Amino acid sequence: MSTISPTVDTHAGHGDDHGHHHDPGFVRKYLFSTDHKVIGIQFLITTLLMLMVGGALALGVRWQLAFPWESMPFFGPLFASQGGQISPEFYTMLFTMHATVMIFLVIIPILAGAFGNFLIPLMIGADDMAFPTLNMLSYWFMWPAILFFGLSFLFGGGPAAGWTSYPVLAALAEAAPGSGGAQTCWLIAVTFIGVSSMMGSVNYMTTIINMRAPGMTLFRMPLTIWSMFITAILQAFALPVLTAAGFMLVFDRLPWSVHSTFFVPSGLVVNNAEPTVGGGQPLLWQHLFWFYSHPAVYIMLLPAMGMVSDMLACMSRKPIFGYKPMVYSMAAIAGLGFIVWGHHMFTSGMNPALGMTFMISTIMIALPSAVKVFNWIGTIWGGRPQFNAVFLNCVAFVSLFIVGGLSGIFMAAVPVDIYIHDTYFIVAHFHYVLFGATLFGVFGAIQFWFPKMFGRTMSDTIGKWHFVLTFIGFNGTFFPMHLLGVAGMPRRYADPYLHPYLEHLLPMNQLMTISAILMGFAQFLLLFNFLYSMRFGEKCSRNPWNANGLEWVAPSPPPHGNFESVPVVYRGPYEYSHPDHSDDYWLQTEPPGAQPGAKPQAAPA
Amino acid sequence: MDSTFQLFPESASQIADRVDALYLFLVAVALFFTFLICVLILYFGVKYRRGSLAERGNPPRSNLLELAWAVVPFLLSMVMFVWGADVFYDIKTPPADALQIDVVGKQWMWKVHHPGGQSEINQLHVPLGRPVRLRMVSEDVIHSFYIPAFRVKQDVLPGYYTQMWFQPDRAGTYHLFCAEYCGTEHAQMIGSVIVLEQDAFADWLSGETGDPPEVAGARLFERHRCGSCHKAQGGSGPSLAGVFGRRVPLKSGESIVADEQYLRSSILNPQQHIVAGFQPLMPSYQGQLNESDVLKIIAYMKTLEGNASASGEDTGDGNDQPPETEN
Repeated sequence: MSTISPTVDTHAGHGDDHGHHHDPGFVRKYLFSTDHKVIGIQFLITTLLMLMVGGALALGVRWQLAFPWESMPFFGPLFASQGGQISPEFYTMLFTMHATVMIFLVIIPILAGAFGNFLIPLMIGADDMAFPTLNMLSYWFMWPAILFFGLSFLFGGGPAAGWTSYPVLAALAEAAPGSGGAQTCWLIAVTFIGVSSMMGSVNYMTTIINMRAPGMTLFRMPLTIWSMFITAILQAFALPVLTAAGFMLVFDRLPWSVHSTFFVPSGLVVNNAEPTVGGGQPLLWQHLFWFYSHPAVYIMLLPAMGMVSDMLACMSRKPIFGYKPMVYSMAAIAGLGFIVWGHHMFTSGMNPALGMTFMISTIMIALPSAVKVFNWIGTIWGGRPQFNAVFLNCVAFVSLFIVGGLSGIFMAAVPVDIYIHDTYFIVAHFHYVLFGATLFGVFGAIQFWFPKMFGRTMSDTIGKWHFVLTFIGFNGTFFPMHLLGVAGMPRRYADPYLHPYLEHLLPMNQLMTISAILMGFAQFLLLFNFLYSMRFGEKCSRNPWNANGLEWVAPSPPPHGNFESVPVVYRGPYEYSHPDHSDDYWLQTEPPGAQPGAKPQAAPA
Repeated sequence: MDSTFQLFPESASQIADRVDALYLFLVAVALFFTFLICVLILYFGVKYRRGSLAERGNPPRSNLLELAWAVVPFLLSMVMFVWGADVFYDIKTPPADALQIDVVGKQWMWKVHHPGGQSEINQLHVPLGRPVRLRMVSEDVIHSFYIPAFRVKQDVLPGYYTQMWFQPDRAGTYHLFCAEYCGTEHAQMIGSVIVLEQDAFADWLSGETGDPPEVAGARLFERHRCGSCHKAQGGSGPSLAGVFGRRVPLKSGESIVADEQYLRSSILNPQQHIVAGFQPLMPSYQGQLNESDVLKIIAYMKTLEGNASASGEDTGDGNDQPPETEN
């Protein structure tokens, strides 16, 4: 199917299946749909909802850091028994669940779940995923996870061992109030999320390998698809390790289970309980956890890189600069991503010789990242960029990724990492990468592909306001964290000002909290724009951006089965402003020699 | 400390300035590239904005330019690696003459044991200008010993000795944090490090009371009747004379060097390694001995002389480091 010849049509059979599909009822159509587009939108709406939840938890953390022990506005009355204050127990739960929600229920599923699902079949010219039912299950396996995360709050106030859940703190119920049943619920929920991701990952790999339209060779795939493909491979290889580690920790925890002691050494007296019996190693968990969670950082970043590449090229009306180096650098980032996990453990007590190894592999990751950044700049160079909300968000992605990437170098250089490890510098770094880069990329992607999802466009004016306020709020919140970290302020302190050493940082923390509140309110603009435009946005054509990809050949929104006929691909997705073509875009499906500027055509079925 | 904001923390150890120099180099590199890229994005974005009449045409395809943006980052990263490795090596290599102090962490306090028997809680007195090596262990969860002014940090693990070292080069009182999240009152695991001139430190030591650890260890050894089995000859347990640093044959056919790690696990978890020729009779002493007690007994065991290799006979003043912990 990867030949160019339009007469080869292996997908005719599939096309026929959908030619006369019956009208499913509401439940089959919107709840238990097997249509990749509905599932993608389900993921998108669920994750945006969770973004609000995670954001509210973060504001709780920020409130305590800026106005310690003062009654919270709005939420304070919920904790009337404590005078509206955030207790240390509650604070530890807040930061644990903020990270958990944001990572497992927002960033990972919004990229792979929402955009991966929606875009993969459309961009490669398939009628659906390879395994539609598995796809549906991958969405519905998120709900038990959400349920178990919710349930965990019934056991003594929620899990509170940090999203990293290091044993021994997370292994022994006596170690912290949240280390009892809440921690077990947390582990079960993470397992469900893992299963959900795994189902998606298998599906994406199969779909991308097997279901490309005729003419869609590997190197004619948009970078979005390349990034989703590489992400799916990363997930398939990294996730089993976390799942296994999670089960091992559950076995360690449950008194009626197998009495394993993978992570608990002997002779510990925690909170005056009976001494532990064991012989385990708490460092083992850290190795297993980061063996998943470092590749997971790229799972949380690569799809955004791919989508931004596509959006930047389209908005600049110019081919992406260095297409193949972009693909290879993503592959290099993913490959190196598997051998850098130890940079999370430079102070952990791991063998220092390993420290040297992980230092060099981590520094090396900067090189493919630099290639990508230079290529994005090269794409704008000599282009024709339009300053709309999509372009602004993409540019924010690139510049904030640079800050986050370069602050990562500080962690690679071990002597500096030893100093800044577990301080706010780290918090600044990963928010620049995961929020600054990924979420701004996602904001752009929502704006960009919304017309394809709903057949209407989002308001560009509200989009710009949302961008400006979020960008200011973001930098006001997270940039000062670098300074706090260098000043020595540790993470995860319920009350840093117990230490006179840190008192001078209070005014800066207040500035950050005010910025965070501004940023939080700005998200209501996004929510409003999204919901309002779904119903009242301007109706749009198939190809409102004059883009080249296959998804723009299908109707907006695409019907079940996506394309009226199987699209045939004649060229790569980045032929913008081509000298041989009168339009400044050249659809991948437009046959060579066709009348310039002709209506988008689909191949004969 | 006054409450005006300080951008840069104070420094008070021999390594601090070297870490800071590397840090400032990284800051310079990061600022350079951040500004370069942000300025380029803004410049190109505005210059070529839709509707502007700027000369377009593709960017010059200069091989030199493409080579430069691959080679320059590579060279910079190699500088970072070599520089970082050099400093890292020194951070991880304590001098042989370092003063060894034991630190035991627990929720939520630090216990410190000096070689002369002096103990303190949430305070660490150290002499100015002398290398200090901390041997650390936790009684419960993972903690992390963090002195910002010295630019050092090391996790303190349960069931496993870790070490770190520093050489204070300025007298004064410095802040001590627990940096690894360790439970509800993590923020309250407060302490201070007090650097005294050598004379003042000697005065401070003499003002504190406490038996040297090997003496206290001998008492614990007596109280728990360890010697009733571990006789010089013919006991039901192996003889402990000269055991420290010796290679011990195990029942499993392997052998193991009797370092501090091994001695600790043999006291608390004796079934883990059975010495060849003996029965697994010894009960565990977990719950009866805390980590401080174990450290004292180990100090005593190091003093037991015997017909073992000569390396095990020092009395604990610096040169007795077997290949004990990995860092």
